[in-house]
Amino acid sequence: MEKFTVHHGTAMPLRRSDVDTDQIIPVRFLNHSERTGHADALFADWRTDPGFVLNQPQYQGASVLIAGNDFGTGSSREYAVWALLNYGFRAVVAPRFGDIFHGNALMNGLLPVTLAEETVERLWDLVTAEPARRVTVDLTESSLRCGEVCASFRIEEGARRRLLSGLDLIADTLRHEDSIASYESTRRSAMPVTTSL
Amino acid sequence: MGSTLAEKVWNAHVVHPGDSGEDLLYIDLHLLHEVNTPQAFDGLRTAGRRVRRPDLTLGTEDHNVPTIAVDKPIQDPVARRQSELMRKNCAEFGIPLLRVGDPQQGIVHVIGPELGLTRPGMTIVCCDSHTTTQGAFGALAFGIGTSQVEHVLATQTLAMKRPRDMAVTVGGPLRPGVTAKDLVLALIARIGTAGGQGHIVEYRGTAIDALSMEGRMTLCNMTVEAGSRAGMIAPDATTLEYLAGRPGMPRGAAWNAEAEHWTQLRSDPDAVFDKEVVLDGGAVSPYVSWGTNPAQSVPLDGLVPDPGDFATESERAAARHALDYMALTPGTAMRDVPVDSVFVGSCTNGRIEDLRAVAEVLRGRKVAEGVHLMIVPGSASVRRQAVAEGLADVFDRAGADFRAGAGCSMCAALNEDRLRPGERAASTNNRNFEGRQGRGSRTHIVSPAVAAATAVSGRLAAPDDL
Repeated sequence: MEKFTVHHGTAMPLRRSDVDTDQIIPVRFLNHSERTGHADALFADWRTDPGFVLNQPQYQGASVLIAGNDFGTGSSREYAVWALLNYGFRAVVAPRFGDIFHGNALMNGLLPVTLAEETVERLWDLVTAEPARRVTVDLTESSLRCGEVCASFRIEEGARRRLLSGLDLIADTLRHEDSIASYESTRRSAMPVTTSL
Repeated sequence: MGSTLAEKVWNAHVVHPGDSGEDLLYIDLHLLHEVNTPQAFDGLRTAGRRVRRPDLTLGTEDHNVPTIAVDKPIQDPVARRQSELMRKNCAEFGIPLLRVGDPQQGIVHVIGPELGLTRPGMTIVCCDSHTTTQGAFGALAFGIGTSQVEHVLATQTLAMKRPRDMAVTVGGPLRPGVTAKDLVLALIARIGTAGGQGHIVEYRGTAIDALSMEGRMTLCNMTVEAGSRAGMIAPDATTLEYLAGRPGMPRGAAWNAEAEHWTQLRSDPDAVFDKEVVLDGGAVSPYVSWGTNPAQSVPLDGLVPDPGDFATESERAAARHALDYMALTPGTAMRDVPVDSVFVGSCTNGRIEDLRAVAEVLRGRKVAEGVHLMIVPGSASVRRQAVAEGLADVFDRAGADFRAGAGCSMCAALNEDRLRPGERAASTNNRNFEGRQGRGSRTHIVSPAVAAATAVSGRLAAPDDL
């Protein structure tokens, strides 16, 4: 996983709530088996509208997406996270995220930044007025700064540590292999197995 | 203070308590499908890792499979490539796979229970958000992403923080003609798409006790549409009756021991929930969605709402967007909304009881001129049973299109079954998102009975309207 410590960039305001993962990447694009190459599929149906924020020249190169409530609800498709990363986003700011999307983002080094609705609205106004305005997302001190806005956010401590170090979670878990084996020896014997079907 | 059902199941699976809020949780059953998994297998190969417990892992082909000509190779090149990759990955890592054409193949959340793999007290994960379905058995079942799939394949565990507990108590009984689908739409309409966020929901109350396992699965299936991590129902006599005699199920004294263990899996009377919702099941009537998320639903007796009536600007904007996309005018009676197409199927409503409900409405009736009613069984076994019970004949005589193959079909719209742009459908699926059933598609989520009545009338309707 790519490390996340401090990120500087510009932001794009996506003034919509309930942006589900079917909008982030429509299902017909879940058709190739890599984690890369999904940038063009990002918001594919909304991008056909020339006025859509991704098509506006002043936001080209933005790496922080600022969205409305309940971003990433719906399907578990990790493609949604890959498409955002592939396009160039490193952080998504929203008042609330879909649970599975939030977990997927943390596993991939796309930082989900939860901020109050009022703060998100202020950020929308700031970056709309001045699209080149710099945004700093600092995971070392769990804060986001943009103009006069300085807001702190929370990331679960385990996930935060992994993001800061770029640690491979599987390798980390395998340190507990003895505990896993010992747990397995105590499982109920009547539990189902798939190989007997 | 007592413990909740979710807490008990969680605690029984902690391999290693986390030092930063995350526990390492053992996974009893890991289900895979063909779309969200190739990257996980690539990850294993790159790191030189094996699958720890192929015997606790099962693959099925469901998301992109054709529902016609299932005995022939998949025609769509993308779907064919995904299936070939799934077959290669499962073979390489020793994971059993139910392919198209296998008598046990079907939608992952339909076959888990059917095959007796889904049992009370288990932890079950799958790279699909509707894994919540299987919580109907008192299992802790939830959807995960591809990176977590790789983690479970390699370690048979997940590192997770325990979600909070939420109780949804539904008094009842439900009125005749009102189903678990109507109940869950009414619930989501009330608490919103984030009403259960960060929580495991336990359903209880007399209306829940009276639901069949199929109804309970429908309810837990759509729990994720309220943002919840999982839905659970404590096992009872209905659960045991469904499970008895399923493949691989213990018999005799061993069955009695399991049954005894399962019936103890319930929240203690003094267990405390972080959040509680109480619903009067007797007041619920058939529900339909009008917008582009499942919370945007009203009773079938109701009207298309006016965006101006919503409390916040963000809700008003969302309602305006939704009505524009759905091409609906505020104040229109839901019953006056005509449809082009009706879809019955999916992990929400593709089980035998759902098909029986549809057949009951269609018996002696015809699908309206110009309406296409497609019925896709949730599994090969559901289809066989529908044929054996004579339901397939009823569908035929009514002019419905009862598909030969089982799968996600027009719920995922990953195979050739999809709506055309602007086409409007009543659908027994779980999501009415923009483009969910095909680019530009317009979906009204309904119960199987409402779907069937709508197919007959050509407009959104309940059986009593016919």
